[in-house]
Amino acid sequence: MNWPLYVTPAHIVRLYDRFEALDKEKTGHLRPQDFGAINRLAMNPIGDRIIGAFFSPGQETVDFHSFVRILAHFRPADKKHPKDPSMPEPVNSRTSKLKFAFQLYDQDKDGKISRAELLQVLRSMLEMQVTEEQLESIADRTIQEADLDKDDAISFEEFRKSLEKVNIDHKMSIRFLR
Amino acid sequence: MSVRVALHSPTGSRSFLERGLLLLVMLIFLEGTVLTLGAASSPDISAQDNTGGGHDRRDDHRGIAGSHEHTNYTYTKKAFPVLSLDYHHIQVPFEISLWVLLASLMKLGFHLIPRLSSIVPESCLLIVVGLLVGGLIKLAGEEVPPVLDSNLFFLCLLPPIILDAGYFLPIRPFMENIGTILMFAVVGTLWNAFFVGGLLYAVCQIEGTYLSQVELLPCLLFGSIISAVDPVAVLAVFEEIHINELLHILVFGESLLNDAVTVVLYHLFEEYSGAGEVTPTDVILGVICFLIVSLGGIAVGAIYGILAAFTSRFTSHTRVIEPLFVFVYSYMAYLSAEMFHLSGIMALIACGAVMRPYVEANISHKSHTTVKYFLKMWSSVSETLIFIFLGVATVAGPHAWNWTFVSVTVILCLVSRVIGVVGLTFIINKFRIVKLTTKDQFIVAYGGLRGAIAFSLGYLLDKDLFPMRTMFLTAIITEIFFTVFVQGMTIKPLVDLLAVKKKQEAKRSINEEIHTQFLDHLLTGIEDICGHYGHHHWKDKLNRFNKKYIKKCLIAGERYKEPQLIAFYHKMEFKQAIELVESGGGVKLPSAMPSQVSMQNIQPKKLPPAVAERALPQFTKGREEEIRKILRSNLQKTRQRLRSYNRHTLVADPFEDGWNDFLLKKQRMIELEKKMTEMSNYLTVPAAPPDSPTMCRARLASDPNAFYNIKASSDGVPTIQVDLASPQSPDSVNMLNEFSKRGATDQGLGQREGATRDEDQGLMMKLSSAGKEEKEEGGNKNPGLMRCLSDPGPSNEDEEDEPFLP
Repeated sequence: MNWPLYVTPAHIVRLYDRFEALDKEKTGHLRPQDFGAINRLAMNPIGDRIIGAFFSPGQETVDFHSFVRILAHFRPADKKHPKDPSMPEPVNSRTSKLKFAFQLYDQDKDGKISRAELLQVLRSMLEMQVTEEQLESIADRTIQEADLDKDDAISFEEFRKSLEKVNIDHKMSIRFLR
Repeated sequence: MSVRVALHSPTGSRSFLERGLLLLVMLIFLEGTVLTLGAASSPDISAQDNTGGGHDRRDDHRGIAGSHEHTNYTYTKKAFPVLSLDYHHIQVPFEISLWVLLASLMKLGFHLIPRLSSIVPESCLLIVVGLLVGGLIKLAGEEVPPVLDSNLFFLCLLPPIILDAGYFLPIRPFMENIGTILMFAVVGTLWNAFFVGGLLYAVCQIEGTYLSQVELLPCLLFGSIISAVDPVAVLAVFEEIHINELLHILVFGESLLNDAVTVVLYHLFEEYSGAGEVTPTDVILGVICFLIVSLGGIAVGAIYGILAAFTSRFTSHTRVIEPLFVFVYSYMAYLSAEMFHLSGIMALIACGAVMRPYVEANISHKSHTTVKYFLKMWSSVSETLIFIFLGVATVAGPHAWNWTFVSVTVILCLVSRVIGVVGLTFIINKFRIVKLTTKDQFIVAYGGLRGAIAFSLGYLLDKDLFPMRTMFLTAIITEIFFTVFVQGMTIKPLVDLLAVKKKQEAKRSINEEIHTQFLDHLLTGIEDICGHYGHHHWKDKLNRFNKKYIKKCLIAGERYKEPQLIAFYHKMEFKQAIELVESGGGVKLPSAMPSQVSMQNIQPKKLPPAVAERALPQFTKGREEEIRKILRSNLQKTRQRLRSYNRHTLVADPFEDGWNDFLLKKQRMIELEKKMTEMSNYLTVPAAPPDSPTMCRARLASDPNAFYNIKASSDGVPTIQVDLASPQSPDSVNMLNEFSKRGATDQGLGQREGATRDEDQGLMMKLSSAGKEEKEEGGNKNPGLMRCLSDPGPSNEDEEDEPFLP
């Protein structure tokens, strides 16, 4: 198994410890229930989406390789090494991070965040404290602001553009995966 | 504003320049003369008058009283003084007011001369003015008043500036960079103090300088005084260069947090300068003292902040004194901290930062504006006064110029700052995700300005213990001048030259807000999966704790349930509505927009079809809602006018297109007015207590076209309650309320209104929504609404856009 270049051996050791801790039945794979056992994750409004991101469509389990691969998205971007155009986009580059986040919004994988999907996210984040109308007006406004090609949905490019002022590298990085 | 004025009259710009200069010179002379006069009628002279008897009014009274009690006092009658000059009576307040007036007029004056204010930072100009005034007073032969007296400075001039900084501190970037800021503030200041103090002592020991009587401890004390970066100076200069947020918060945060270090070092060295040596126990005690000073200061501030937040929960019936609580509690926090020799600055910052989210959720919109205006006003005046006084104090002296000492000080300060910043950044970058570049380091080093705090601390020194105090003061002043003039003036061109990233002007969009929150949740989740207790984990925990316990205690009514996103959204909508109103309804809207004049001609200028067609596609739903809001708010303004228009001037109006059209419009106007009065009931400030759910439902139910009426009854209590009570200010949510209603009605009517003929007509129809008959809710006018809407506050800074709890 060739480990992706973007995680150091030290990381792998640490993540493997965590993987084993989560894998209570020692099967070598993680199932959604194992993730669900993490208490704090259950309190997270988008917890199930995050769990879902680990599992490729159709798969029921996640092995260590995929586990690391997903978490490698959250490594701080390496500014020292210039981007080599021949190599594929590193998994912790800004674009890849944004793409990961985008996929969490876009559950039906059609490449766009539709109004319904946005509403779902808003509903889960705002946890029933607002009325449907308020949610809808927020969703409307959001789409109106971001939607440049007027297709009433947010594409990846529009998503990226609306976040251009945010320091994604800082925001979507976990310190210990340095 | 003055620049625009100057631009309007290009030929007149020179006259502005001349006028401005004349004004300045006149003011300076005025100030000088009056102060001289005041100094002339100084206590000893009036004392003579008193003993002379019969001149002072008070003396007369005493004389009269005396004549009853002491028979040996002979009362000599003289002519009744019709007009007498009694300067002594009002001297102190008068002089204070005069100084404040001078400061404010100076501030005005500088902005009348646009070119000057763009080259030279305001702080420099103000120091020069101070120098001039001081010079004038000295020329007149009078003694320059000791204006930068430490008590006055620390108790009156400094707190407003710090409170302003603390209250509007951008919490999110501050907390994200807190490690870096603390490193610079604590370690950096310590390094500076010891480096400068130690090397100065070494230089003093050199034979040729005649300074060998300066011992080590006074040198170290001097080092600790001069090494602290000054928040006032930093604010004054950085405000004008609009640098990016990260650098601003780094330098500014450092200048605020190094107060604790300075206080401890100052007291430590001052105490032991008499003893002549510092033992290791003292050092350990010093460290403990530092922890107590800083943490104690923060604790004191936080306690007062919570008290203020708690008090503001109950102020819904006495809105007028709400701002007072903010100011008084903060000032008391400062004074309490100073009482225990804790760090007053940190107390103020903590107080402001802690109370802000809760207080803002509780107080009315007007009080919020008041607080903002007052803080900005006081801090601005304070800052101006401080710089002017610096100038005056420079002239006052006494000075003991020593070339070696002064020049070595200046050079050493620069060198130590650079070394300190570079060294610390090297260490810090190992721990930061976003590293600091060389450019950043340069700006941080160059932005380390010294200011009046150093001077005041020096002034506080005991003359007997420190015979070289005057030399110290001279050196401090020179250093201050150097940093403020040289560094302050050149930092702007350097920033441009180095192409340092500037502050992003655009406001936060709702997209950013939503996605940022989403990412916060995502990162928290990922951290939980990794089992890593990181930054996000603790932030999330704090937020949960806050929501669960603290908000319930400190926020009035039902508002504590309101999610941050909704608050942000309301704020944004409200702000946008205000902006559209202010700007006259937006450029894209043809005719019939909010100016009072055009309201009268609200009738039909028939647009050429091309324009109409071009204009129509621009009206997305959002825009329409905004337009509706403008109309609503402006109809409020012109409602009075419309009434008279309807009754008296309708025949005379030459723009009338047709009687029928007009009648239709009149009917719509009336319906709109009814709508407006109903809305204005919601919007009167002070806010009425939120209606009970049943009342709300009844009100909504009376509106046959409200689609979400059905929703309302099925959703149960919480939704309605939150609707009306959740506003951050009562005004904004009711806009939303109306807006939602409109939205609902719009959906119903949208089809009917298919091809709208003329813009204004079409819009009007949508608003009136086909004849709702609601009973008039009393026709009370609400000027409050317009005032509220028309006053967006001192400035559109993005502190406003910061969510309460990042």
